[in-house]
Formats: sequence, structure tokens, C-alpha cells
Amino acid sequence: MKDYALSNGCSSCRISIYSGTESTFEYRDTQLEQLQQSSQNQLSIALFVDGRYGSFSTNRIEAGELKKFIKNAIASTRYLAADAHRSLPAPDRYYKGVDAPDDCYDRQYETLSPDAKLQLAKAAVEEVYQSDPHIISVVGSYGDSEGFRYVIDSQGFEGEKAESSFYVSADVSLKGDGNARPESWWYHSALFWERLEKAGIGQKALARALRKLGQAKIKSGQYPMIVDNMNGSRLFSPLINAMNGESLAQKDSFLTDRLGQSIASTRLTVRDEPHLPQASGSRRFDYEGVATQPRTVIENGVLKTYFIDTYNAHRLQMEPTISGASILTFTPGNRDTDGLVASLDRGILVTGFNGGNCNSTTGDFSFGVEGFLIENGKLVKPISEMNITGNMLTLWASLADVGNDARDWSSWRIPSLLFDAVSFSGN
Amino acid sequence: MKRRDFIKTSGIALAGAALLPDFLQGCTPGTPTGTAAMLAHFGVSENDLKKVISVALEKGGDYADLFFEHTFYNSLSLQDGAVNRAYSNIDYGVGVRVVKGDQTGYAYVESSSPDEMLKAARTAARIADGPATMAAANVSEQTFTNYYPLERSWEEASVQDKAPFVQQLNDRCLALDNRVVKVRVSQSDTTSYILLYNSEGTLCCDYQPMATLNAYCIMEDNGKKENYQAGRSFRRGAEFLADDMIETIARQAVEGAKRMFTAVKPKGGELPVVMAAGGSGILLHEAIGHAFEADFNRKNISIFSDLLGKKVCDEHINVVDDGTVAGNRGAINFDDEGTASQKTYIVTNGILTSYLHDRISARHYGLASTGNGRRESFRFAPMPRMRCTYMENGNRTEEEIIAAVKNGVYADNFTNGQVQIGAGDFTFFVKSGYLIENGKLTRPIKDINIIGNGPRALADITMVGNNLQIDNGTWTCGKNGQSMPVTQGLPSVLVKKLTVGGE
Repeated sequence: MKDYALSNGCSSCRISIYSGTESTFEYRDTQLEQLQQSSQNQLSIALFVDGRYGSFSTNRIEAGELKKFIKNAIASTRYLAADAHRSLPAPDRYYKGVDAPDDCYDRQYETLSPDAKLQLAKAAVEEVYQSDPHIISVVGSYGDSEGFRYVIDSQGFEGEKAESSFYVSADVSLKGDGNARPESWWYHSALFWERLEKAGIGQKALARALRKLGQAKIKSGQYPMIVDNMNGSRLFSPLINAMNGESLAQKDSFLTDRLGQSIASTRLTVRDEPHLPQASGSRRFDYEGVATQPRTVIENGVLKTYFIDTYNAHRLQMEPTISGASILTFTPGNRDTDGLVASLDRGILVTGFNGGNCNSTTGDFSFGVEGFLIENGKLVKPISEMNITGNMLTLWASLADVGNDARDWSSWRIPSLLFDAVSFSGN
Repeated sequence: MKRRDFIKTSGIALAGAALLPDFLQGCTPGTPTGTAAMLAHFGVSENDLKKVISVALEKGGDYADLFFEHTFYNSLSLQDGAVNRAYSNIDYGVGVRVVKGDQTGYAYVESSSPDEMLKAARTAARIADGPATMAAANVSEQTFTNYYPLERSWEEASVQDKAPFVQQLNDRCLALDNRVVKVRVSQSDTTSYILLYNSEGTLCCDYQPMATLNAYCIMEDNGKKENYQAGRSFRRGAEFLADDMIETIARQAVEGAKRMFTAVKPKGGELPVVMAAGGSGILLHEAIGHAFEADFNRKNISIFSDLLGKKVCDEHINVVDDGTVAGNRGAINFDDEGTASQKTYIVTNGILTSYLHDRISARHYGLASTGNGRRESFRFAPMPRMRCTYMENGNRTEEEIIAAVKNGVYADNFTNGQVQIGAGDFTFFVKSGYLIENGKLTRPIKDINIIGNGPRALADITMVGNNLQIDNGTWTCGKNGQSMPVTQGLPSVLVKKLTVGGE
């Protein structure tokens, strides 16, 4: 197909083929609620035609149809405006090794029986079903997937990646005050079957739901805020978005011209570690085939890199880095969530976000939150229906401590975080 | 972990563009009429369908359906002043669903060959575990009212036809204010061929268009930058792209961005909130719409599970979920399990009168489906979803409503919202609005979240305006991993008390 594209008028191209399968089992209370199995294929092609650029994808991958597809894609691209900044990456930036084929792929995926999968979903429910009078409903889910991607381009890059993934989750709904039915969830996921936590998921979900009973809002004001290790990404992703080349090129970033400057408290050091073995998010090359490298993102609060792909490097007249982060690791502190809570006389532990948004241009944010009021180092009251409001730069400058409890099965390994003073609105 | 239900307006899709009509060579451009043409399109016969359904039911399922879909998505986008990127996707496949009571087996294949479909049917059949109890009924073709007639199908529009409108929207934004420093425009169109057959014998087909156009402006003034986005989306054909549409979107984006420079954040806390007519329908979508979806209620996990037939708000309030608004983004001719679209009253004179049903929940409650069984694509089983959700007019003027507030906020533009079905807490993000001081709109406000609790917020609506507007922005609703196009509307209303973000 690459040769077909080149001989029909495109000057360079990149083709990616994906093939995957997945299954999910959802067990509710006493019966299997839903089972689903499927497989899919997709071909994607990025075309560079007479200085113009288009990208196209299809799941109709029979040879005759594909040829017609590519011919039409080339014709469509010719109608666009030329864009001198578009090109494949400089070849010396490609990943040139051979990926260890099993690094992120578990061969056991192929041999697991549907019954074993169903049993995990069922077990998550049976751990807790009818174990507490508040329980209305418990849902246990199991899901798995495998995916293979093969990428090739007209400059000779060739790369492949196989990945498997397994998860178990539980959702527990409780009878609360009045008509309220508070619910909570827990889950675990792993690239390898053996590493999947198969027990305790239902119990964790139940414990998290039970502690929410009696939630109420409290007085508006400035409080120290701890965000637990499940929820930090809501606050960190606006920073990552603002470091992206596309945002910078479109003047849509609150981190424009901040490279080498302090953008957060000195407690914050974050690295991108793409090569951690057998880890979620691990990869040797990005979507362009550019080799990934470990790099410092933020060091003692100072911004050390932007994420810039080939196109945006040309537009910004900057050196390209990599199109995006792979695995983010935070230099840890000495305490976990409980330790951080114990360190506060008064504050709020945030255990969940509910809506809200961040203005990508200015960094102004406002999010709905729930969690707990902390008094004298203890959680004293579940809270909900409150908002936090502020600006990303002010917030991260007020980072006072970092936990040591990052989840190593997540690609963004964000520990619990403690911020000095955040505006909460309640009653 | 999947029980997150949210809505958002599309920002700007990063990839974009349109393909030539001859992507569909071999198919008749324009609206194919009749199931015969659709059967030919998917290369299947009525006999094939019956055979697959029989296999789907062979383990004892009591209902099965086949959902055929062929979708062409095209988008064009503009950055840095030029229409310089195109994206297109073709998706083709068949979903096989088997239902037994409340249980669902689902499988899909990306082909309509009988062998592949039979394989999927055998997988989905495994939700049941016994001998067959039902047989496929005789084929009965159904036709429905068409709520989205086209003047010109998207399959007849090429990149050449569409690109000038995208360029024009950029040029208008730049011309309206010289502080506009960046404009991003994205245009997209979708055309879906749908064929549905179920074990009751229903055979029906649809040709579904969708059009969207969005502009996102960054404005710079004295070193300060602000953004604003505006867009429109309809189930319409290529006639959607027109000068007046461009002008409306450009003005809304630029006027909105301008207003941001003088905007403040209110002081946070509990305040009266006047929800302006239109996009404020997000209040209905989040505060009650999701919690009225009958799957949550049959499972007894919605805060409204015990409130059917009960008074939930002021007796002058009527709320509908309507799939029959012509050309609306949330309109459907029939839902994704073959039930005719309808206008469903969910609150009548202040009483919760109906949940939103799909087949499974309707059967659970012994009722007829309300035509809310929708699915993102052939890759998903349907579930109850909203269409166009709005409140009917009351009898107050907006001026009266604002005048009734001494100290509060007025909210008129929103980017996204979310709800917790069981706890009832819902939120929506206010992109712009005004402070209300002594009954008058004063300073603009921006970028704040508002949070409330569904039943309380509904009961706290004390004044309803006479100025209902449907918001035709590019609203996409997410539930259990499936995205659906929806819309909503509201006349201006006063909510006595909500928690407003602020510093």
C-alpha cells in the first residue's frame, strides 16, 4: 500500500495497521448482566502530497477497496492549502532497535477461558454482596484486550508494538440519606495476567462507598488540600497540555515562553521514563517513529521541556523533542495519603472530582470535588457538592509536599499531593 | 469505574477533512429509499438475516437484533489561516445482540459476510444457556417519519465545496476584531447507512446525516490572552454550510472572547443562579436527564428511583425529551433498536411522569419503549440515552427573573457538565455569564464551575421564562464509554440556590 500511494502521486507517507481483540464481562448482584467480545482492524495513512497533508483511516481493508481509498485520499489532499511545515521526521531521530516482542504482551491472553474471566467479575461482587445493610447493588467487571500495531513510512521507518491489558473493577451503590444512593468504585489493571490483583476489589469499592455516607458541603474558604493518588491527573494534565507543541503554536498555552523558568514549587520534580520494562505506557517510539528517551519534565519546579513533534517544531522554529509523555514519574516524598492527612490540623482531602474545567489559555480552573474534612490529623466528615477554583500556576506554586504512594500500574504515576491553600466554595 | 456521565461541547477536532463523493462508488448517492437498497448496500438477503437471528437465539435468548452500519466521517480544519488538514474515516460493521431478561450478549464483526455474522451470533448467544425458546419472526418492513430530510447529501460535497466556508469563517473572525490572534476552525460531516433487523421481524433502515462547524478564537490585548469557542451542529446535509451560519458562529466566538477581558470570577458560595435561555438546558441534562434514564432506575441506583409519579418540582414545569425536532442534532427517525422516535414528557405539571426507556428497561417496567435505546455505533449495545431534552415555556419574562435577584449570577455559556447518578450531585462549567447585583446584570464572569444536587435544584426552580431556546451547539454526551450526539434547551429560569465556584 505504501508503494501504491507513492506511485499515485504522494511524495511521502506513513501507514499504520492496527489489529486487536477485546472482551468484557459485567456481573451485577446475582447474574451476568452483559458479555461482549469483538475484534477490530484499522488501517491509517498519513499522506504528504505536493506540500499538502491529510490523514485517513478505514476498517475496510480488502486490497481492492484500499487502493480506491488511497487514490481518493490523495485526490482530497490535493484540494487543501499547502503547508510547508509538514514532513516526516528527520531519519536520524527514528527508533532503530528491535522491540522485545513480549515486553508489554502477555501470551497468556490467548489461553484464558471465558469462564475464568467471568469468575473474576463474579468474585468482585460476591466479596461484598449483601455484606452490609446499605448495599443496593454491586457490579463487578472484568475486561481484557490485546492490540498489535505495525507502522511503516516512506523514509524506511518500520516499527511494531504488541500490548495486552487486563482489568477488574467493582462499583457499589448504597442507600444513603433520603433518596441519595452514593456509589464508589475500585479497579486494578495490569499488562500481565499474573500481576492483576484478583481479590479485594469489591471490598475496596465498598469501603470507599461506605465512608461517603453522610456527605455534606461545608463553609467556603481557603483550606490546605490533599489530593489522593487516584486523582492527581485532573490537576496535572492541564500542565502537560500546556507543554504541548500544538498548544504553543496556537498561542493556547499558559506555559508559553516559560522554558527554564519556575512554574511550580521546588517540591515538584517530574520525569518522563518511557523505557520502564513491562510497564503501562512504555514505548520505544512515538506516532511518528521518533525514538523516545528518558527526560526531565520539571526539575525542582523549573520547566525543562516542551513536547514538540516534527510539525510543531517547524511551526515554532524550535528543536523537536517528542510528541508526548509516555510514563510520568514524580520524585516522591516520605509519606502516603494517611501520613499527609496526619500532618494537617485542618484541611480537605480530595478523593474525587466532579466536572469542572481548566482554561487552556490562562490556566484558570474550577472543578467540583468531594472528599473529607481533616481536623487534627484525622478525617472527620465526608464532604461533597463543593468547588475548588484558582489558577494552575498559583496552585502548583503552592505545592507543599509530595507523597510516596504513586501507583506503579498507571502510566501517570502521580502520588498524593499536598497544596498549601486552595479556594473551596461550599455554603 | 465506568459510571461517569458527562456532556461536553466539542472543542476543535485536531484532525480534519472531507473526501470525495466517489468514496461511495457503487452506492447511490443521496437518500437510499427502502430496505431493498439497504440490503443490497450491505450485500445481505432477508434469508441471511433470519439465519443469523436463528443462531443468535439458539441458546435460549428471548430477543435478538442485528445492527448494520456503514459510516463515512470527513473533517476539514484550519489553523494559521489556511485549510491545511483533512481527516476521513470509514467504519463498517454489524453488531449482534442477544437479550435474555435484563441480560445482554453482544458481539460485532467488521464485515457482513454470513459466516462472520454467524460467528458473532454464536458469541452473543452465550448470554443464555439453554435450548432455543424463540424463533425468528417473518420479516416485516417498517417505515418511519423522516425528521432530517436533506437538500444535498454530504456524499455530493467535496473538499473543494467545503473548504471555502471553513476559510470564510476564519476570515470573518479575524475581520471582526483586530485583537484576534489565532483562529482554529473545524468542519465535519458524517453520513451513516443503517439497517436494523430484529427477532420480532422488524426490518428498517435509515440514512443519517450529521453536520458540525466550530470556531475557536484566541484574542490578545495588552499581553493578556483569552479564548472562546462557538459552533453549531445539525442533522442536515451540505446546505448547512451557508453565509448566515458562518456569520452567526463568527460573531458568537469573537463577541464571547471580547467579553472575557473584563470578566471576573464571582465570590464563591451558595447563590441564586439565573440560567439564560438555550445552553442552560445542560442543567436538565445533568440534574435530571441522566438520572431519569431507566437503566439506572431499574437497577435502583438513581436518586430518582423511588420518585416516579411523585411531585418533583413546581407544578408549572414541563420537561420533555424529544427525538422529533426536525434537523436537530439529537433527532432520530427510530432508535437503534427499531422503536419509532417520540416526544416523551418526563416531567408533567411538576410530576415525574416517565423515565427514558430502551427495550430492556421498558420490559422490566411492563411499558412500551420511549425510543431512547441508542448506541454510538455497531461496536456497542444500545442503552437509554437522551435525544433533545428541554423545558417548555413558563410565563415570566427574562427581565422579571433577573429583577428578582439581589445578589447572584447569570450563566449563558457552558463547556461541559457531569453528574453522579446515585448521589445526585451534578456540575456544569460556566464559560461566561454576568454578576447580578440589585436585579441588574453587571460585570461579566468567566471560567467557573457550578455544582448542585439534582432533586434539590429541580425543586429550587422558582421562576420559568417564556423564551425557550434549543441550543444547537456540538453537544456530545458520554455514558459507559459511549458518546452520543444530543441537544438541550431551556427558557430562562431562576434556581434559588446553587454552589458557585469562585475565589
